[in-house]
Amino acid sequence: MIANDSAGTNDAMARERFVYALRLGDDALILAQRLSEWASRAPEIEEDIALTNIALDLLGQARALLDYAGTLEGASRDEDDLAYLRTEREFTNVHLVEQENGDFAHTIARQLFFSTYQLALYEELISSHDDLFAGVAAKGVKEAAYHNDHATQWTIRLGDGTDESHRRMQAAVDRLWPFTAELFESDDVERSLAAAGIGVDSSTLKSRWGLAIAEVLSSATLAVPETTWTSHGGRRGVHTEGFGYLLAEMQYLHRTYPGGKW
Amino acid sequence: MSSLLIGDARAICESVPDPEMPFVTVGDLGIVRDVIVDDAGRVEVVVTPTYSGCPATDVIRDDIVAALRATGFGEAAVRTVLAPAWTTDWISPAGLEKLARNGIAPPSPRAGGAVDVELGVRCPRCGSIQTRLVSRFGATPCQAMYRCADCLEPFDRVKPH
Repeated sequence: MIANDSAGTNDAMARERFVYALRLGDDALILAQRLSEWASRAPEIEEDIALTNIALDLLGQARALLDYAGTLEGASRDEDDLAYLRTEREFTNVHLVEQENGDFAHTIARQLFFSTYQLALYEELISSHDDLFAGVAAKGVKEAAYHNDHATQWTIRLGDGTDESHRRMQAAVDRLWPFTAELFESDDVERSLAAAGIGVDSSTLKSRWGLAIAEVLSSATLAVPETTWTSHGGRRGVHTEGFGYLLAEMQYLHRTYPGGKW
Repeated sequence: MSSLLIGDARAICESVPDPEMPFVTVGDLGIVRDVIVDDAGRVEVVVTPTYSGCPATDVIRDDIVAALRATGFGEAAVRTVLAPAWTTDWISPAGLEKLARNGIAPPSPRAGGAVDVELGVRCPRCGSIQTRLVSRFGATPCQAMYRCADCLEPFDRVKPH
């Protein structure tokens, strides 16, 4: 707990940290769920294993973050309650992670955009004054680097591959580009936590992300999209059309057999 | 509490086999960070997971508690600590040798960066270094898949992390 002058400030900070833990946890959880949809459907067995392994890393990060969010909230909700018993409007993940898998190129583009962002985020979050955030970041930074390497290699292989793979990789980059702006939208919660040395103001990651992405796209002979429209609202609980279907599948078992274990 | 008792508790925890690679113990892997025994004989074990989502972590937690109970320790609890993050550099020399002997190529020491560039991975069966990475991900979160160009056998490797 950060030393503060008044209990009121402490409460506000706990609330902000709850919101923040939920955001990071939701991003990881929802991307893990999307990637899990590839199980038994990937173009080759190695990719089946790769995508589900990446999902597993993200799920582990999500569990730690949601468990912590539940503790910070103080309303006796555990990681399962937060993952399985919230409705669509209560999830605060960015739109990028909930986008449908599409073809393999779309999944790789989404992976490239997100892992580049998450790597930059965790590199900063390692020095958080909050032990849990710092711990998740210290563990997650190695995983994110590995995920980023995987996505980078595939982006280059597909972009600088055949005419068909190039066309599809470019289409995927173009399709998902509008969802990347939201990654770098900071708000009062982030700015307040960043000022206290607890969280990261994500707007400060944008230029680093842009440079890294431009370099990979260039190596892949792909063009940086010039689209200007952007998609927003995930942090406020406003989601894109496919998200409800994702939640229905993710939450079905727990809602049908509440508290079920094996 | 006597140091003998703490030593006993630590030895019991460290001898618990890894559920996915049972020929190595959690002690070999270096994931048992601390063992604390209080005056009432309650044991707290601090464990660092290898990967955030490693499914073996839950099993290891249960196995450690069961092993302590079976040897007469009353209350035992396992606490997970994420930082400092586990690295393959914490695998003991005995652990590295057991991996190799059981057909899993051990990781090389980490160079310090987040992603290692590999120069040569030795086949755990025939010793050849004419090997090729088949998949950067493997049967468990900590492994990658390789294939030997000489004996033609596929093999797993604990990837430097």
